[in-house]
Amino acid sequence: MSDVIAAGRTPFEALNGLSMPGLSAAPDRTRYILRGRAGILAPVAEVLGFALPTDACRATGSDQRHALWLGPDEWLLLSPAGDRLDKALAFAIGDVAHSVVEVSHRQVGIVLDRPDAAAVLSVGCALDLDLAAFPVGMCTRTMFAKTEIVLWRTGENVFQIEVWRSFADYLWRYLVLAGAEFA
Amino acid sequence: MLVITCPYCGPRPEIEFAHGGEAHIARPQDPSSLGVEDWTEFLYMRANPKGLHAERWRHLHGCARFFNALRDTTTDQFVATYRTGEPRPDLAAVKA
Ligand SMILES: [Zn+2]
Repeated sequence: MSDVIAAGRTPFEALNGLSMPGLSAAPDRTRYILRGRAGILAPVAEVLGFALPTDACRATGSDQRHALWLGPDEWLLLSPAGDRLDKALAFAIGDVAHSVVEVSHRQVGIVLDRPDAAAVLSVGCALDLDLAAFPVGMCTRTMFAKTEIVLWRTGENVFQIEVWRSFADYLWRYLVLAGAEFA
Repeated sequence: MLVITCPYCGPRPEIEFAHGGEAHIARPQDPSSLGVEDWTEFLYMRANPKGLHAERWRHLHGCARFFNALRDTTTDQFVATYRTGEPRPDLAAVKA
């Protein structure tokens, strides 16, 4: 696995160009899972430049960095490739109980950006993706068909999906299949 | 599909959840002082009621937190869900 990552290869290369309009691989990212209670909120905000979301299933962020609420004491931090945050976070948080785990290579990002994005996702996702129930800025772990994903709505018709690396091929193929229903 | 209300995330599809056994089973404070029968009681013996049952559930593919639920074992209806550490909701209050 490590040499695959070192070579910069993505799970999508084996798909031989299988794709559909609006489906793309997200740019390389640095990812962390941050866990901790209320005591970490202030120091983490100082490092990130914005406050962690404390409302369930919401994301906060700046142009470059984003924090996605995954659980009451768990966040997914996304930043551009190479934007390492672990040392700065550990230094700022200090002795308050917490954990920062880098998961950059555990998962990959997929972007679905097309007018019927919510309908396409609904083929494999049981959540209500109506704008009123799943507004822009909402994010959550959920299931898509047989794989767990993190689903994050960044625009009315734009969804960022984070999926574990070995499921990416399956998810991609399933999305292309789902999209075919709306072609 | 059954919709279960996670105390953290709100109403969500049942495929995101995992069952975690009977709720409110307190681990004995001093296990080594317990006799075999008492330990067996704690470890294995569970209620199997027909009707309302307090259970642990986990929002496995969501916020991943454990919580408790009152579920009717005859209808599969989730009557109430509440956070771990909170007392079992009052039956009369739930029914009202
Ligand atoms: Zn939840």
